[in-house]
Amino acid sequence: MAVVMGMGLVTFLPRWLPLVYLTKRNLPAWLVEWLDLIPAAILSALLLPELVTSGVPRSLDLLRPELAVAVPTFLFAIFSKSLGATVITGMLLYWLAGKL
Amino acid sequence: MQRGSSLGMHIYFIPRELKKNMNQSNQKSALKRGAAAAWPICLGYAPIGLAFGVLAQKAGLTPVEIGLMSVIVFAGSSQFIAVSMLAAGASTAAIVATAFVVNLRHFLMSSALAVYLKNSDRKKLTFFSYGVTDESFAVNLTRFRESAWDLNSALVTNYTANITWIITTVLGGFSGQFIPAHALGIDYALVAMFICLIVFQLRGALYIVTAVIAGILAVVLSIFIPGNSYIVIASMTAAALGVLIKRKLLH
Repeated sequence: MAVVMGMGLVTFLPRWLPLVYLTKRNLPAWLVEWLDLIPAAILSALLLPELVTSGVPRSLDLLRPELAVAVPTFLFAIFSKSLGATVITGMLLYWLAGKL
Repeated sequence: MQRGSSLGMHIYFIPRELKKNMNQSNQKSALKRGAAAAWPICLGYAPIGLAFGVLAQKAGLTPVEIGLMSVIVFAGSSQFIAVSMLAAGASTAAIVATAFVVNLRHFLMSSALAVYLKNSDRKKLTFFSYGVTDESFAVNLTRFRESAWDLNSALVTNYTANITWIITTVLGGFSGQFIPAHALGIDYALVAMFICLIVFQLRGALYIVTAVIAGILAVVLSIFIPGNSYIVIASMTAAALGVLIKRKLLH
């Protein structure tokens, strides 16, 4: 249980500190501009390695169905602008890709 | 790339009558809005939660311990790593240190969310911060940008996702064989969600350039650096380059 309590603490603090401290201060312009770009950057950094690498340790792998399905899913997201419909479409395409 | 002027209407349809009464029934609508925003997250969490439960049970954790871990830690990747380290006999200090590093990226996410939550109630912020995950961050941030979002709805989104995670991990701990693995492309739910959330973030050339830099950097770093520190390094660097590009080239 010491493991769980310790993990709880170290996973909570990085989530909590910025929210209680940064919300009470006026941030400098450069920091606001930087934080404004963080979501686009972080989402891309989370997603792209999942699409084009595989294995442990990771190596480049451009033949993954995850990547092939991502292209039409991306286009669908641009045109539909619907999160729910994109999730369903992506799942359907991935499922179909598995049948091929 | 032009974003839809009324993204909220696409993701979540607000009936006209409800919109009129929104001020009167704010709490009820926060509940509805938050839950509606959460369902794609829940869809993605369910199979992962079940898988985690099965793995944790095999590593010797009881369903109660699994539930406690999901309540106290609530961090998918850290929990998976912790369980495999437990099974391998790693020390408490090593597991906690790893969880810290793996979850450091949430520091960036909470900082980005803080921009939209100026002078909010501290208690609510504390409860909200507990539920910041990759997925809830992305969904809430998109909504905050649309400005038709508030802390109450965001709290509902986080806790809906949280409860889904807790329930599915415990269910997996009892028996993982409720749902056949890989059914109906459900493995792809979170990937598809991230693809769409990225599209929502690409609101102009600067965002696209930043995302491309971050993506390429992340791929390269992920191949050469073990672990997941590539996420934080790539996104911090790409956002910094984005600010430089904005200040040096566009002004």
